[in-house]
Amino acid sequence: MNFDFSDDQKQLRDQARKFLAEKCSPKAVRVVLDGKAPYDKDLWKGLAEMGFLGVAIPEEFGGAGAGHLELCVIAEEMGRANAPVPFSSTVYLAAEALLIAGSEAQKKKWLPAIASGEAIGTLALFEGKGNPAPKNVKLTAANGVLNGIKKPVADGAIADFAVVAARNGSSGRDSDISLFLVDLKAGGVEIKSLTNLDPTRGQAEITFKDAKAEPLGAAGEGWSILTQVLDRAAVLCAFEQVGGSDRALEMGRDYALDRIAFGRQIGSFQAIKHMLADMYVSATLARSNSYYGAWALSTNAAELPEAAAAARISATQAFQHCAKNNIQVHGGMGFTWEFDCHMYYRRANAMALGLGSLSYWEDQLIDRMRKKNAA
Amino acid sequence: MNFDDTPQEAEFRAIARAWIGANAPKQYEEDLRKSSLGRTVLKNANILEVAKAWQKKKADAGWACLHWPKEYGGRGSSPIERVIWSQEEGPFGQLSRMFIIGHGMCGPTMMAFAREEHKRTYLPPLASGEKVWCQLFSEPAGGSDVAGLRTRAEKDGDDWVINGQKIWTSGAHYSDYGILLTRTDPTVPKHKGLTMFFLDMKSPGVEVRPIKQASGASDFNEVYFTNVRIPDHQRLGEVGDGWNVSLTTLMNERSAIGAAVSTGFHELFEYCSSLMLDDGPAIEDRAVRSKLANWAVKASGLKYTSMRAISALSKGERPGPENSIGKLVAGSMIQDVATYALDLQGASGVVSGEDAELAGRFQAMLLRAPGTRVEGGTDEIMRNIIAERVLGLPGDIRVDKDVPFNKIPTKGR
Ligand SMILES: Cc1cc2nc3c(=O)[nH]c(=O)nc-3n(C[C@H](O)[C@H](O)[C@H](O)COP(=O)(O)OP(=O)(O)OC[C@H]3O[C@@H](n4cnc5c(N)ncnc54)[C@H](O)[C@@H]3O)c2cc1C
Repeated sequence: MNFDFSDDQKQLRDQARKFLAEKCSPKAVRVVLDGKAPYDKDLWKGLAEMGFLGVAIPEEFGGAGAGHLELCVIAEEMGRANAPVPFSSTVYLAAEALLIAGSEAQKKKWLPAIASGEAIGTLALFEGKGNPAPKNVKLTAANGVLNGIKKPVADGAIADFAVVAARNGSSGRDSDISLFLVDLKAGGVEIKSLTNLDPTRGQAEITFKDAKAEPLGAAGEGWSILTQVLDRAAVLCAFEQVGGSDRALEMGRDYALDRIAFGRQIGSFQAIKHMLADMYVSATLARSNSYYGAWALSTNAAELPEAAAAARISATQAFQHCAKNNIQVHGGMGFTWEFDCHMYYRRANAMALGLGSLSYWEDQLIDRMRKKNAA
Repeated sequence: MNFDDTPQEAEFRAIARAWIGANAPKQYEEDLRKSSLGRTVLKNANILEVAKAWQKKKADAGWACLHWPKEYGGRGSSPIERVIWSQEEGPFGQLSRMFIIGHGMCGPTMMAFAREEHKRTYLPPLASGEKVWCQLFSEPAGGSDVAGLRTRAEKDGDDWVINGQKIWTSGAHYSDYGILLTRTDPTVPKHKGLTMFFLDMKSPGVEVRPIKQASGASDFNEVYFTNVRIPDHQRLGEVGDGWNVSLTTLMNERSAIGAAVSTGFHELFEYCSSLMLDDGPAIEDRAVRSKLANWAVKASGLKYTSMRAISALSKGERPGPENSIGKLVAGSMIQDVATYALDLQGASGVVSGEDAELAGRFQAMLLRAPGTRVEGGTDEIMRNIIAERVLGLPGDIRVDKDVPFNKIPTKGR
């Protein structure tokens, strides 16, 4: 047993952290935040050059073939830097869906393009309100074309292709749902950007009108593939959230040491100390749950579904907790656009919803624990 | 990252499992399984005797105090082997709770500060459960503020003469020895005038009076010292260096208690899995599921946090202040879990003991839980430790820091 990353993986983390500190300063993030660019193209290119986009993609498909533990390490740094790039939608969702269910030809076409930064991908699952569930998928697939509306689609306005969940049956079972690959630059696709909580990662509405689509994975297997994709993304997002939690905590700690009130560092007031201690506690619990998830993900262990849900819940809570209390520690400064606190607050709350809200993952966790206990 | 056993670990696990299977006191397994914080009832048996017998059996076969060196009655095992052992020991591990203070705190302090001949004399019977130890630190005037204690030790020839009072001493009523923190110089600032000893609890002048706790049980005591004599060779560390010695104890206390705290989650999950509410099974109720999921991730987060700490230990790192997390999180969690379980029982939740649901398991938990948030350092002290020692925030302002102890005020108003 060894519940830690290896020295090589820690080295990779240092390398990623250094790279992001240089290329992804808060100032760079603000270019996207202020709406001056849809995402940071230079950073995206740099990430590709560093090999970070394809770290978990096998070498035969143009990746580094390192593995998912390495991807977790990088995900943490992406979260810490609040990177304004379509990393999660492309790397955790689109690439993972391809890895799980793609045909040889589909993998050959898209995975090298992802690894090299040429293609941005996303998952088009939601259709308005509601959590992931087969009954919430109304968009139809028939005769090789899709019809319907997806929203919100993360990074939908900048994506080149999407993995789309569609209905091609009416039996009322999960097997009514299948997945499709759609080239978003082809015809029959209308894309509208949506304003959203976290402008550093865009959201879009995509309307499909007889849009050409090719099946991804076997017909009727869509929901089971999607569940696997969501579980895997849950672990990877958890690492981003852990990185964000740590950064928010660090910002709060640093400010508490700098700021003087009543003639003392505010960090010497117990109310502030205890708030920061509680942030540390939730960030630590989230990190530990995520490590377990990382192990399950990297070994494809039977524990993955339960571990993923636990990592998801605990990392979501931790990031929200740390981000909101970081603002509180900063007082009025924390509530200004000028300070960076709100970027993490926005990201924390947007990430809390992206793969389905907490209540969805709570249900998943309890169902999975029951199943295990019954076994 | 690997949560699976290595081949050597798997072999160790197999040997441990076989030995436990052949030797554990199975007649008590069912009772131990149903026990929770605040409620360990062995039918027709005295739990201290059962615990001592199990500990002795383990010691004779080389399974006691796994992490201690062999020459002091331990096994010299790796931290991971300790985890494997506790996984395999399962409910029987609860029996070692009787010895947690001796094994987790007194033993390590003796190892660090006692003379070699004392270590060889006193540690093996402590490891084997034949002799039970207690920790005599807290006083009416010094709990969180341990260094505020007033029990005096005065030199008289080759002996020290002790006068004063300790309080909240767990297990003093059945302990054979104790480690004792005293004041040897009241004219210097409080941290500088302390000295540590170990003593025989049967020494003349030691009087133990059990205290009835809020829970109704009596696990801790007041201990009075009247002209108790302790030979100088039973001193631990230098005269006036007792604060440093006690820090060793307290550090070990945090990891010993931190690793052993229960959260109540498994009890609650099991309960909700079979409970029927007015509208159907509890486990299918959205509100119940949400509560359960939130506690589930705290319980698993604590579990993997302690595993990470063990990985760090295996690499030779010292147990750090991070260990304060365990008790801090679990203490209030078990209190909330118990409150919630009773809420699910509606008005009948008020009934306790054998007359209640599950023989009063959650009621007992509720009544014991406040103690968890106080013993071994309160929640507030744990947060201070995390804030100051992990996050590097400034220490609390200490108005008594440079004041001679006998000039510090003793009453708030
Ligand atoms: C079940 C149980 C078993 C115990 N067993 C033992 C034992 O075996 N041996 C032993 O020596 N002791 C034992 N204790 C004593 C225990 O260590 C003390 O009770 C504990 O350290 C708190 O001290 P106190 O009771 O004096 O409370 P106080 O220190 O008076 O605390 C009162 C309140 O003030 C708060 N407070 C105090 N100082 C600060 C501060 N600096 N910042 C913020 N808040 C503060 C506390 O958090 C608490 O809320 C036991 C206690 C319990 C409940």
